[in-house]
Amino acid sequence: MKRFLLPIGFFAILIPLFVVGLGKDPRALPSTFLGKLAPAFSLPQLRDATRLVSNESFAGTMVLINFWATWCVGCRQEHDFLLQLQANNIIPIYGINWRDDRTKAIDWLQQLGDPYVASGFDGGNHTGIDWGVYAAPETFLVDASGTVIYKFLGPLSSYTWQKEFVPRINAANEAAL
Amino acid sequence: MNRILILAVSLMLPLAVAAIDTGQAFEDPELQARYEKIITEVRCLKCQNQTIKDSNAFLADDLRREIRRMLTEGKTDAEIFDFLVLRYGEFALYRPRMSGKTLILWLAPGILLLIGGTVVVRVLRQRMSLPLEDEQDTEQV
Repeated sequence: MKRFLLPIGFFAILIPLFVVGLGKDPRALPSTFLGKLAPAFSLPQLRDATRLVSNESFAGTMVLINFWATWCVGCRQEHDFLLQLQANNIIPIYGINWRDDRTKAIDWLQQLGDPYVASGFDGGNHTGIDWGVYAAPETFLVDASGTVIYKFLGPLSSYTWQKEFVPRINAANEAAL
Repeated sequence: MNRILILAVSLMLPLAVAAIDTGQAFEDPELQARYEKIITEVRCLKCQNQTIKDSNAFLADDLRREIRRMLTEGKTDAEIFDFLVLRYGEFALYRPRMSGKTLILWLAPGILLLIGGTVVVRVLRQRMSLPLEDEQDTEQV
């Protein structure tokens, strides 16, 4: 009986590892900025290139920074949910229109509705690289002090919102009190 | 012979067209060599099993552009890798630097080899010490 201990022991260690590993998205990387100040950026606004959007635009408020593009299917998927967040005044959302075409992006917002307080236009992928963005949509949760609390890769939905964002937002609000 | 030559040459043509890195080469061959070396060591985060040299994803293109810019500005290789790690993490490098976080990556192969080797040696020794006529008995244990 003793001779089976070793294989069974290995099995007992490996199986939980595999079970946990299978449930994870191997492509999802955590942001390197978690717990750190969000990278500085300053971009011309999408709809009005003469105005800027930067970290100062949302200093002192907890916000979502959502990297999106018209070529991105996941962005289309989450768009209605972003509109819901906006309609219910859950949290201000700032967009970064990433590696996109300005005209197409403006059309998209006009047709589908604009959930953003403002969108910066990052056609050349400078802010994207500074924030470590590698796939759209990516959504950063930035607290009132400008610190990145969380980054989510993929389309937002009410399920992911309840599961990933609500607890973190509540915790941050409690800590701030 | 000529026909074969023409066929051979025309078969090579598409490769030239499919070049992924379409950026302009550096005039300085030393910079170009450094550039070539760096881009074979950086992972394309979008298509995670390719280097940015091999990938035609736009992110790879953008990262090549940034690396080219930094080389032109006279940045060292270490500074360029720092730039990438700061934004994308050690995962961006195909040869992660040794640090507390990546220590297990560096040590795991040696440790696993050690464990495997010990097991093999022990099993072999055990078997060698068994008398031949006992083989049948041991199978029944």
